[in-house]
Amino acid sequence: MKLTRRNVLGLSVGAAAFTIAGIQARPASAATEATQKSIMDFTGGAEPAAGKVSLTAPEIAENGNTVPVTVSVDSAMEGDDLVASIVVFADGNPNPAVATFHFSEMSGAALATTRIRLAKTQDVIAVAKMKDGSVFMDKKQVKVTIGGCGG
Amino acid sequence: MHTRRDFMQYALNAGFALGAAGLGANVTRALAQQKLTQDDLLNFDAKGQVTLLHFTDVHAQLKPVFFRPPDTNIGVGDYAGVPPHLVGEAFLDYFGIEKGGPLAYAHTMVDYVDLARSYGRLGGLDRTATLVKAIRAERGDDKVLFLDGGDTWQGSYTSLKTNGMDMVECMKLLKPDAMTGHWEFTFGEDRFLELVEAMGYPFLASNIFDAEWDEPAFEHTSYFERGGVKVAVIGQAMPYTPIANPRWMFPQWSFGIRPDVLQANVDAARGEGAEVVVLLSHNGFDVDRKLASVVSGLDVIVTGHTHDATPVALEVDGTLLMSSGSHGKFLGRIDLEVKDGKVSGFSSNLIPVFSDVIAPDPEMAAKIDEVRAPYEDECNRVIGRTDALLYRRGNFNGTWDDLICQGIMEERDTQIALSPGFRWGTTLLPGADITIDDLYTETSMSYPAVYRLEFTGAQLKEIMEDVCDNLFNKDPFLQQGGDMVRVGGFTYACTPEAGMGDRITDMRLTATGEPIEAGKSYTVGGWASVNEGVEGPAIYDLMEDYISRKEVVSLDPDAAAVKVIR
Repeated sequence: MKLTRRNVLGLSVGAAAFTIAGIQARPASAATEATQKSIMDFTGGAEPAAGKVSLTAPEIAENGNTVPVTVSVDSAMEGDDLVASIVVFADGNPNPAVATFHFSEMSGAALATTRIRLAKTQDVIAVAKMKDGSVFMDKKQVKVTIGGCGG
Repeated sequence: MHTRRDFMQYALNAGFALGAAGLGANVTRALAQQKLTQDDLLNFDAKGQVTLLHFTDVHAQLKPVFFRPPDTNIGVGDYAGVPPHLVGEAFLDYFGIEKGGPLAYAHTMVDYVDLARSYGRLGGLDRTATLVKAIRAERGDDKVLFLDGGDTWQGSYTSLKTNGMDMVECMKLLKPDAMTGHWEFTFGEDRFLELVEAMGYPFLASNIFDAEWDEPAFEHTSYFERGGVKVAVIGQAMPYTPIANPRWMFPQWSFGIRPDVLQANVDAARGEGAEVVVLLSHNGFDVDRKLASVVSGLDVIVTGHTHDATPVALEVDGTLLMSSGSHGKFLGRIDLEVKDGKVSGFSSNLIPVFSDVIAPDPEMAAKIDEVRAPYEDECNRVIGRTDALLYRRGNFNGTWDDLICQGIMEERDTQIALSPGFRWGTTLLPGADITIDDLYTETSMSYPAVYRLEFTGAQLKEIMEDVCDNLFNKDPFLQQGGDMVRVGGFTYACTPEAGMGDRITDMRLTATGEPIEAGKSYTVGGWASVNEGVEGPAIYDLMEDYISRKEVVSLDPDAAAVKVIR
């Protein structure tokens, strides 16, 4: 049997337990500050460095209700070179931490894909925490547009 | 009386230059012959082992057309003032084209009406067929690749009535080697797949993925042996099709630019031994210009979508970009010389398809007659006449859309009308009859309902800003390739270089000059909404009623709705 992504999906879901955080009502005006605070809560106050993390998201969302984002971390996933967890933040969301992924050596690769809802154009930020506590991030702006009128 | 041939002869005697860069050598010959001939158009500095022919964005125009090039085509940021963002005399100066000559007519709107009456229509698939056959005969079939850039099936009365089959049947005779697309998808998933099956050559798209499983939905690369050279052609469909057009018509597919995927496919093609890698693209010129700088290993991008026509291929970071216009007006040709597995030389020319000069290919002419036969009488039915020059293309309002906006406001009784910034749609000269064919070249589409809604001033401003950012964002990867939404019933000022949210100012009702207020509601009519379940009459029916009732259309040429602030 050919091993397709459909077959593999069941495995990878088992390997990386993930949670989508519930959306809570908070003042939208505090979004950027809220994101910063939320990142600091996750990193324990450390400023994430650039590199290692690679976030893939569309330049323009085809459907803001379900925007595919993929995060991967350059890591051997064994010994000390291990990703502990990744959090995806949507900067325009009242509760910016929208998805958390936990990893172990059993995960095989630090790779996660999910879909998030974005109401308007905003930055999506992925922060990875390594086993040794070091933190890395990547950021992409995703444009959400009304659509139509194309030639 | 001056005939068209007389004028050409006069223009030639007056010392007009036929060629831009690539055609310079033809001038003497053209002058010697004293008239423009099919051979002049075909004259080319043939080179190397491979000939690429590029045909794109014909928008279902089987017959020759008038198509007025834009008077406004603004580039922003790094793309300001460089091709294709040059119009009129700036375009002529840049490419060294003589004013008043055939190339000036084909590429610019300078003296458009006079030159149109002299040089006649461009295009016609039977004329293109003649050129393609002649080039294949000259070079040998084994050296020529013919590539269709898409936006082929949509845009006419007969393409709407046959659901694109008229175009598939005619294009087949040109024996394309591959195709990509955009409006093709607006026939819906099922019909799209049926037509791809019927055409018998590959539809290539590196950037379309299954929306659920994120797996490639189409073949991305085809390999060809031409002149002893292995050529890889990779397809790239319009990246924002599900945003610019109704996603619900093809929900299975997700698009995007996906430069990483493209890079991987280019690398794979090189790995397979391809000596030449060509991107058959429907990205639009600026997207491809940027793509050429972020993806390595592409020798040629034949680019479509934005309907730009450049007289020769332009070199960007070691990649050749050929942009072959629209509506059948041009056929792009690039010859490549390949040595030691690398492109070592090239020559290029965008051949203007002067329909009065090129003999129609009998086989294609017969096929066009055949596919049009059931509709010919209806196509030629006259519904009115125009006193004004009717055209669409340009960044802001064109006169066809001024007319459509008037029609919508009157027929649907609204204060405001919006008409999408499509770049397709041909031109009618003053005094011309308006036929059903003409009306459908502006309106033929599968989601034609004209809605009537109430928008607040704030919502209107938001729509305007959103569309404007899709046109003038300084990052071409965020541009969708259409023009600005056209408006009726109000005027505004636009600052293209400003940021999102700050470009649109001074919105005022035309009738009273009152500012449009954010909190106030206005009745708005518009068409081509990407939402599902839109209710209202079809735009072509509404406009047929409107034009028939008017009998003669006249427009105030100075009633510009938009003030552009540079």
